[in-house]
Amino acid sequence: MAEGQGKSKAAEHGAAAHTAADGGHKASFPPFESNTFASQLVSFAIAFGLLYLIVSRLALPRVGGVLASRQQVIDTDLNEAAKLKADSDAALKAYETELANARAKAQAMAAEVREKLNAQQEQAKAQLEENLATRLTAAEATIASTRAAAMGNVRGIAADTAAAIVERLTGTNPAPAVVNAALDASLKG
Amino acid sequence: MADPIHQFEIHKIFSLGHIGNQEIAFTNSSAYMFGAVALVSVLMIGGSAGRALIPSRFQSVAELSYEFVSGTVRSSIGEEGMKFFPFVFSLFMFILTANLIGIIPYTFTVTSHLIVAVALALMVFLTVFLYGLYKNGLSFFKLFVPHGIPIYILPLVTVIEVISFLSRPVSHSVRLFANMLAGHITLKVFAGFVTSLSALGAIGIFGAVLPLAMTTALTALELLVAFLQAYVFTILTCIYLNDALHPGH
Repeated sequence: MAEGQGKSKAAEHGAAAHTAADGGHKASFPPFESNTFASQLVSFAIAFGLLYLIVSRLALPRVGGVLASRQQVIDTDLNEAAKLKADSDAALKAYETELANARAKAQAMAAEVREKLNAQQEQAKAQLEENLATRLTAAEATIASTRAAAMGNVRGIAADTAAAIVERLTGTNPAPAVVNAALDASLKG
Repeated sequence: MADPIHQFEIHKIFSLGHIGNQEIAFTNSSAYMFGAVALVSVLMIGGSAGRALIPSRFQSVAELSYEFVSGTVRSSIGEEGMKFFPFVFSLFMFILTANLIGIIPYTFTVTSHLIVAVALALMVFLTVFLYGLYKNGLSFFKLFVPHGIPIYILPLVTVIEVISFLSRPVSHSVRLFANMLAGHITLKVFAGFVTSLSALGAIGIFGAVLPLAMTTALTALELLVAFLQAYVFTILTCIYLNDALHPGH
């Protein structure tokens, strides 16, 4: 009976159904045996309907759920990573700002100290120069007074020397008034 | 030589009853259909049982199938086509599983039977037609009147469009059926050469190496065809469903 469906059709078709592909063994070609169609259609309808139900109600929601939850985990992780990166970026920025501030502060401090030292030095230098100038002025005054004194003495020495020379030459001691007059005349000349 | 047609024979396993005077029987084809359904169910439900964040190989296969078909549906119909996703997924997995089972020697290939392919294609055709009418009303028939065609050739184009629409289930089903049938016949013929040649003795066995190599190569090709035909059927289904959703070209 199992073979019946195929065999009976084969008998109906007879020699007409012989083709080269059959190789002369059997008459009918199973895919075209119309008496098996109803059975196949019924089986197909039940099987495919069952598959559709299983797939749409059970299988796809489950697999879809697994995929969705994985996507969610991935998204959460990515967000977390992005947040952490933002945090570390902020920390880095804060550190850099802090560093820049500290550097600026250090530079300001150094500049201030340098300024202060320069001012001190400047002041010391000015004081020293002032001191030196005072001493120079004092020295110049001393020199001038000494020179004036010396110059005052020169006239006396000249008068004495002139009187001595005249006495030696003439044997007479000239009157001081004459010597003085002569000195004045030569100094003027 | 072994009969290359024998593999397509349908055997009754037990009778289920009668519709009219037509006997409805549970056949080997039915068994393979339910086998395919069971395999797909086990793969998809078993595969997602672990719900692992990092999938096992088994789970990966289930997820890959899901993402492959959902990607195909999404790219050819768009997000609104996802309501057909279970339908397209069932089609793809059913055809793919049936095709792949058929490559195993001594098995039966459900999709190598015209009536099954026709049922699959008609199901798609009717879904497209009925859903298209339901969704778009009479403007569904704009599908046959392409936009921007000069009025004097419009009747001709419309007739061609109608014929091409009506011939869709034919090409859709025959493509699958003929590919599976022809592939399996070719395989069987070459495999038959191996047995008949090796029966001839030493020289025959030596000679049988060629058809054996051919059979091996053809099996690999059939593996490709099994996947490709399932994919082609699916992508055509998606294109047709896209017409139902967006009938204006």
